[in-house]
Amino acid sequence: MSEENPGAKAALPLGPGAAAMLAAGVGCCALGVLAVATDHVPWLRGKMIFYRPTGPLSGVTTCAVLVWLLVWIFLEWRWGRRDVGLRPIATLALVLLGIGLLLTFPPVSDLF
Amino acid sequence: MEITVRGLWTMIHGMGFGALYLLACSGAMVELRRYGRRGAEEVGANDRDSFVRAYLLIMVVLAWLAVLTGTYGIYPWYRAVPPAGTVGLAGFPQRLLLSSPSTAGWHSLGMEWKEHVAWLVPISITMAAGVVFRYGNDLRNHAPLRHAVVCFVAVSFFAAGVAGFFGAMLNKNAPVSGGPTIHLARGESR
Repeated sequence: MSEENPGAKAALPLGPGAAAMLAAGVGCCALGVLAVATDHVPWLRGKMIFYRPTGPLSGVTTCAVLVWLLVWIFLEWRWGRRDVGLRPIATLALVLLGIGLLLTFPPVSDLF
Repeated sequence: MEITVRGLWTMIHGMGFGALYLLACSGAMVELRRYGRRGAEEVGANDRDSFVRAYLLIMVVLAWLAVLTGTYGIYPWYRAVPPAGTVGLAGFPQRLLLSSPSTAGWHSLGMEWKEHVAWLVPISITMAAGVVFRYGNDLRNHAPLRHAVVCFVAVSFFAAGVAGFFGAMLNKNAPVSGGPTIHLARGESR
């Protein structure tokens, strides 16, 4: 990358950054998948009502946030003290983010 | 001049937390990109790093406050079901929108998108803040990480923009109102 400072030495391992990024991608994708699934599976829609006034949205968002945090904790535990290949993980995280974003868009989610 | 409690909370949610978050996004992206241009010995690098950390922390708080007040405060008022036989739907925004083909799309596209896409915002910005808190000035050595974080913040900006736009349009077509009235000022009638 042209912006890199030549000669600069990385002091921290890349694992924690990769863990945070990939977990956020997984969390965003989980949100989209859960939103679509809840829309199309009546049984799941009932199960996702954690707080009745808000309806299934309460369960969808709570579960997505839990998935995100649990994946972050797990990956931090696995990668917290070591270096990992950032570029493929960053790509995967952004693809997952893109899938999550697309699945929240009603014309796309209605295709399933 | 008066406002209802529900109207006030809707304003705090949208024009307070949401709009402030949107305003902050461009600054966050600029500052994150500047990490790549900083030299290790740059004067004031540590001060700027502290500023960026505080800035992102405020954004995280704004994002979470926006989605939590929206999902658990305002959304239940929006989707309230009118009792059988109700004629006026003014206090039931979702039903009011769905009662006419010319406004139904604001719910079926606008609210359906807004209610989910908004939750990408706190996840993305919390991740960005977590990375900046962990790496700080060391981000200058990790271009892929820095670029990915900027992408997440950009997507959060887009998602917050979608939520903000549809929030404003929904409230224009079917305002969330009701509850006790707060008198703000007394005007002169003519």
